[in-house]
Amino acid sequence: MSIWEYANPKKFMQTSAWVLPWAVGLTVACLVVGLVWGFFFTPDDYKQGSTVKIIYLHVPSAMMAINAWVMMLVASLIWIVRRHHVSALAAKAAAPIGLTFTLVALVTGALWGQPMWGTWWAWDPRLTSFLILCLFYLGYIALWEAIENPDTAADLTSILCLVGSVFALLSRYAVNFWNQGLHQGASLSLDREENVSNVFWVPLLVCIAGFVLLFVTLVLMRTRTEIRARRLKALLARERVA
Amino acid sequence: MRALLLRDVRLAMRTGGGFGLGLAFFLILAVLVPLGVGAEGGTLGRIAPGILWVGALLACLLSLDRIFALDHEDGSLDLLATSPIPLEAVVAVKAMAHWLVTGLPLTLMAPGLGVLLNLAPAAYGWLVLSLLLGTPTLSIVGAFGAALTVGLKRGGLLLSLLVLPLYVPTLIFGAEVVRRGAEGMALGTPLALLAAISLGGVALLPFAAAAALRVNLR
Repeated sequence: MSIWEYANPKKFMQTSAWVLPWAVGLTVACLVVGLVWGFFFTPDDYKQGSTVKIIYLHVPSAMMAINAWVMMLVASLIWIVRRHHVSALAAKAAAPIGLTFTLVALVTGALWGQPMWGTWWAWDPRLTSFLILCLFYLGYIALWEAIENPDTAADLTSILCLVGSVFALLSRYAVNFWNQGLHQGASLSLDREENVSNVFWVPLLVCIAGFVLLFVTLVLMRTRTEIRARRLKALLARERVA
Repeated sequence: MRALLLRDVRLAMRTGGGFGLGLAFFLILAVLVPLGVGAEGGTLGRIAPGILWVGALLACLLSLDRIFALDHEDGSLDLLATSPIPLEAVVAVKAMAHWLVTGLPLTLMAPGLGVLLNLAPAAYGWLVLSLLLGTPTLSIVGAFGAALTVGLKRGGLLLSLLVLPLYVPTLIFGAEVVRRGAEGMALGTPLALLAAISLGGVALLPFAAAAALRVNLR
């Protein structure tokens, strides 16, 4: 019994079919609790007023935008090293979700920036690196779409993901160097003296958990779809031969 | 390897279109920007470092798909892959040939265009130095992108989507060196980082590009 058993598509489909309803339920529960609590049962910030509530969408989606790429990186590595198809398909499935989280983070950030900073957009390091991350996602997805042969596509996108990760990190710090920002520094770290007040912190944690679960659920769903699509293609090919 | 380098350089120079095109594009860009922005010297001088760097980057992009596409079409890439030279070395040599016919001429041409864009006198040396250090990255990253898209019918557009985000760090540090040079500020840090990215890219990316080529030639 090892974890690689779940790389078997059949086993993966069985397990994920069992896990999925739970994941959906937990996601909905966390998101409903976190968002309702955050939107309706937290006080307004003394400086930012009610706009502070954008935090419950902005921060979790921004976190997941980065974590989705990390997940794709790990899945790509597994594909390159162990050549488990499920892994490659999971990376493929995660990319559009990560792109969506990136866009959500950018849009909610713009909506928040308008009343707070008086501008929708500033060439702040964090904002800029998110825009660049968005471009990396676009390139990755475009490469998947462009290549016919699924194995070739999986190989090439994995290589792109590895190289892209290095350059994304480089860009992150290069951008830091390039311009000073408006965006506030980290205020959710566990080891800091000064953090967001607990009134906002606890519902935010619930929201973050909800977004993580949402990501897991969506990736499971989309990976299942990809596996089914792959099977369908194989069936059709077999029929054509017969 | 030397034969391959010479062959690539000769091919690039003799089959019209590829070699001069990038340079002509660079020139046209340097003419068009003042037309669009206005001829006021102060503004032009301020944006000149960025324009020259973005121009060099785009001019480089034009000829990237030729690095492998032509050889892929006529089958010589398969021969190169089965030759005794490792594929990583083939990639490195081809990127170097690309640099010799685009990056190097662009670097030499840039000061002339700097005059057109009213670049500050102090910045010319730094412009040449930063391009000299930065353009090898453009070629090697481009070779990686070209290796990824070599099998595709219309890879050109996809190639630019893949490659341009990878150019971000080089562009930032390169333009920063020239900007600081123009303003007479200390520029050791961006220059060192620019060189570091170049060296790292030249050392590591041939492996990634060769891996991509092997997949595409499978």
